[in-house]
Amino acid sequence: MPHNRTETGGRIDRGQMVNFTFNGHKLQGFAGDTLASALLANGIRLTARSFKYHRPRGIVGAGIEEPSTLVELMGDDASGNRPATTVPLREGMIAKTVNCWPSPGFDLGAITQLISRFIPAGFYYKTFKWPGWHLYEPSIRKAAGLAAAPTAPPKQGHFENRFGHCDLLIAGAGPAGLMAALTAGRAGLRVMIADEGTEAGGSLLNRRLTIGDGPALDWVQGVVDELDNLPNVIHLQNATVWAYREHNYLMVNERAPDNPSLLERNWRMRAGHVICATGAIERALVFGNNDKPGVMLASAAQAYVNRYGVRLGQRAIVFTNNNSAYAVAADLAAAGITVAAIVDSRMDVPEEARSMVADIDILAGHVVTTARGRRQVRGAAIAPVDGGASQQIACDLLAHSGGWNPAVHLWSQSRGALRYDDALTSFLPDRPAQNATSIGAADGQMTLADALDRGARAAADVAGVVRPDIPKSTDLPYAVTPLWRVKQATGKAFLDIQNDVTVDDVHLALREGYDNVEHVKRYTTGGMGIDQGKTGNINIIGTVAMQQGVPLDEVGTTTFRSPYSPVSFGAIGGLREDSVVLPYRHTPVTDWNLKNGAFMYESGARWRRPGYFPQAGESFQETINRECRIVRNGVGVYDGSPLGTFEFKGRDVGRFLDHIYTNIMSTLKPRQGRYGLMLSDDGLIIDDGVALRLSEYRWIVSTSTGHADAMNSHFEELLQTQFPDWNVFVTPVTSQWNNATICGPDARDVMQALGTDIDISSDALPFMGFADGQVADIPARVVRVSFTGELSFEVNVAPRDLPALWGKIMIAGAPLGIAPIGSEANHVLRVEKGFLSLGHEVDGTIDPYDLGLGWAMSRKKPDYLGKHAVAIRRAGTSNRRELVGLLPEPDQMVPEGAPLTPGGDRKPTEGLVTACVYSTVNERWVGLALLENGQSRHDETVHVRLKDKIVVARVTPPIHYDPAGERLRS
Amino acid sequence: MMNIPCPFCGPRNEAEFAFGGPVKPDRPDPNMVSEEEWAAYLTQVPNPLGPVQERWWHVKGCGTWLTIWRDTRTHDIVVRPADAS
Repeated sequence: MPHNRTETGGRIDRGQMVNFTFNGHKLQGFAGDTLASALLANGIRLTARSFKYHRPRGIVGAGIEEPSTLVELMGDDASGNRPATTVPLREGMIAKTVNCWPSPGFDLGAITQLISRFIPAGFYYKTFKWPGWHLYEPSIRKAAGLAAAPTAPPKQGHFENRFGHCDLLIAGAGPAGLMAALTAGRAGLRVMIADEGTEAGGSLLNRRLTIGDGPALDWVQGVVDELDNLPNVIHLQNATVWAYREHNYLMVNERAPDNPSLLERNWRMRAGHVICATGAIERALVFGNNDKPGVMLASAAQAYVNRYGVRLGQRAIVFTNNNSAYAVAADLAAAGITVAAIVDSRMDVPEEARSMVADIDILAGHVVTTARGRRQVRGAAIAPVDGGASQQIACDLLAHSGGWNPAVHLWSQSRGALRYDDALTSFLPDRPAQNATSIGAADGQMTLADALDRGARAAADVAGVVRPDIPKSTDLPYAVTPLWRVKQATGKAFLDIQNDVTVDDVHLALREGYDNVEHVKRYTTGGMGIDQGKTGNINIIGTVAMQQGVPLDEVGTTTFRSPYSPVSFGAIGGLREDSVVLPYRHTPVTDWNLKNGAFMYESGARWRRPGYFPQAGESFQETINRECRIVRNGVGVYDGSPLGTFEFKGRDVGRFLDHIYTNIMSTLKPRQGRYGLMLSDDGLIIDDGVALRLSEYRWIVSTSTGHADAMNSHFEELLQTQFPDWNVFVTPVTSQWNNATICGPDARDVMQALGTDIDISSDALPFMGFADGQVADIPARVVRVSFTGELSFEVNVAPRDLPALWGKIMIAGAPLGIAPIGSEANHVLRVEKGFLSLGHEVDGTIDPYDLGLGWAMSRKKPDYLGKHAVAIRRAGTSNRRELVGLLPEPDQMVPEGAPLTPGGDRKPTEGLVTACVYSTVNERWVGLALLENGQSRHDETVHVRLKDKIVVARVTPPIHYDPAGERLRS
Repeated sequence: MMNIPCPFCGPRNEAEFAFGGPVKPDRPDPNMVSEEEWAAYLTQVPNPLGPVQERWWHVKGCGTWLTIWRDTRTHDIVVRPADAS
């Protein structure tokens, strides 16, 4: 069993052993351990290799600030780049260090240390500008990379999102946050208090303090019990408030929700008021080799001895510039560790600090210049801060404290202002930008009594109640003198341990002109990565300030952005995974389609439609050809339900349609339909389709499938913002009407076989006409529109009736060889006819004249959307790209999107291929293209420039089949 | 995520809305203005540093198109400035 434990004490359960594996070694810890504390208890010091130089590294912190030991969890826990200090130990856990191979003890990548002087800050920027980053990227990623991403979703459960509202959201359950929650909870506010730790208490968990008459943690337990019994309070542990957005919207990632099938729950909270009780983070001191395993933040050392019962070493040195480390030294001594010396850079050590460590040598006015040792610290060189002879002191633990930074991350994310405080030598919250208050150490109250008082006051102010009495407590007053870096440091002195950024790197960045702190960050990568520089950023700012000879507030901070700490993508996505992210829309005949062998496509706006119906032994092209021949020579049927359908009602519909269509719609008589184009006001074609006038005040407008939602927005915006006094009501009815479109020369025979009370002769029901009645004893509206160029009857019915209608059509059409038609064949048929398709022939540069649809641009109407813009644009340009047909010679397919260039040369394009299909009626490949001045270039030869060849093609009119349109009118 | 006041539904999450862009001047009669004025109407969208009036569509709610004044520096929804045109 681990021999590096204290005899008693701590928050671990010594009766419950936990087995785990680290880098292949089977080890034991206790329930309540983190992976980091268990490793330290097993005497494992070398736990990581550094990012760039592959230097040996150990555990530096005790919480989310950990810059050094990142692990990858394997197996069912699979996740990467987790700070070992934040991973609760679990039975059977398998973890490995990232960024070293084959092991941290023997790391081949450490060879980079030998060439470290050749890879300074900005190395990548300078080196890999030419010929291309992608050539270097794979090997760089392997050498410098972090953990691999898991390859499969976790098996043990799922993630979820939850929305929540509260009067007061408190981030942090340390003494200040708990006091605030208690005050607000008792006052009846709806409170959420969320804390990133596994237990409430914050810094109290790591320290030995009293509140009231007993241990501080007894007070914590009492508060937690009371909060958990208040129905108006939600108390979350192991839950990080990781983002603070506008309008008091915050994200809280709960990592151990109440439901056992849940892995994580991400709360999206809207809070009336926010209290940031996020505590403070200790900053490192910057001296030579301050990254050796065994060199650790003083607060972390305190956490390991007090909270986790780990005896970190035999002989410690404490290096500090402030009072807080004296309590640490006292706790180390109490845990049985010999404290060889306290090295304090301050000349005058306050008496209240000295009195805590009566038996320990204090070297005031001294600094550690360098840590000694190879794979772990063996001692330190110590010299007077103003220069002079150095002495060596042996140690196996070097705990250091550079002072405390209030964790202003959330505050700053909320756009709250910061100010530099000379007494605390740190940035503090200043004016709030939203309904927010900062309290406790996060606000610069560095003693327990001040933090409790401020927490009670802040919550009482929000609740509008009198500040309650607070329990008494004692704490060592805080005092600090800045020491941004040790000037006489020898060896590499790291400002940012995670990214291997040294003092020299920052000096180099400044010399090369990157003198803004944001530029220093980008150039050196200092403050990036998993930890976002929680322990080192202020030292970078201090180093810049020292070098530039300006105060710190003039240098300023880099921007704090969310997330505060890493959040798994699963938690952000919640349940929105796989098929439910963007569910498909189905029509009532999806089951029939699948049963009949349809290969299903997504055909715009998430509609799932059959692409084609392959039969045994058919190739893809053979299937398409067969379906095309069926429509051209016999009869086919397809499901046209997804086409956007809108019902317009009101006295002013005609006037409104005249405004949005380019042609005149108001002159339509009831029972007539008309094809039309819609433009945006800046002259772009946004949709095309057919409008049917049902009666004086009722119309049906169809839009393309993919644009239905955008057109709905378009209609509503115009009606609600520009014509609020017009009497027009729009109802989307796409899913209220389904249809089976029977198409082909035999379509009328199928209609007759179905039986209908509608006169379907071409005189009674001509092209673009429609009629209501019964088809096969089903109430239906039959519309004579055609997207295939053949005689077509669009039989519209209620969705519940479509499967029955479909079945009857198949029976009625069987003698004529009817077959279902997929969207592939539909595409071929429309290209043969030169019918335009948005996204193929229409882009942001093409107007109706270019498409040969100038007839649809009304000259009678003085104004409609897009008229004026098209006129202005056409007046100012020549050489317009116009729609033409294309016949590749010799006969072959050319890819959609292929450029046309003059002579096939490497010259600016004069157009592009918009579609190319095999036409069964022409028994060859036919295409459509947009070509400069194409309408006057019929019969000319153009050249399609492909990657490996140039294809000659003849220009034709853009209709390859039935140019007179006799068949669709038949 | 902003909290947008819908006149019918009260304050609702921004996710329920679609952005409709800054409010432009009323559409002039294209036959009564010069080409330059028409082009300016089409292409020049207010983009101030500060309060801007803009449209939002409560598409996943009641379907209302509404206008708000939003400060582009802060996302704060503000009252119409006194000097607004």
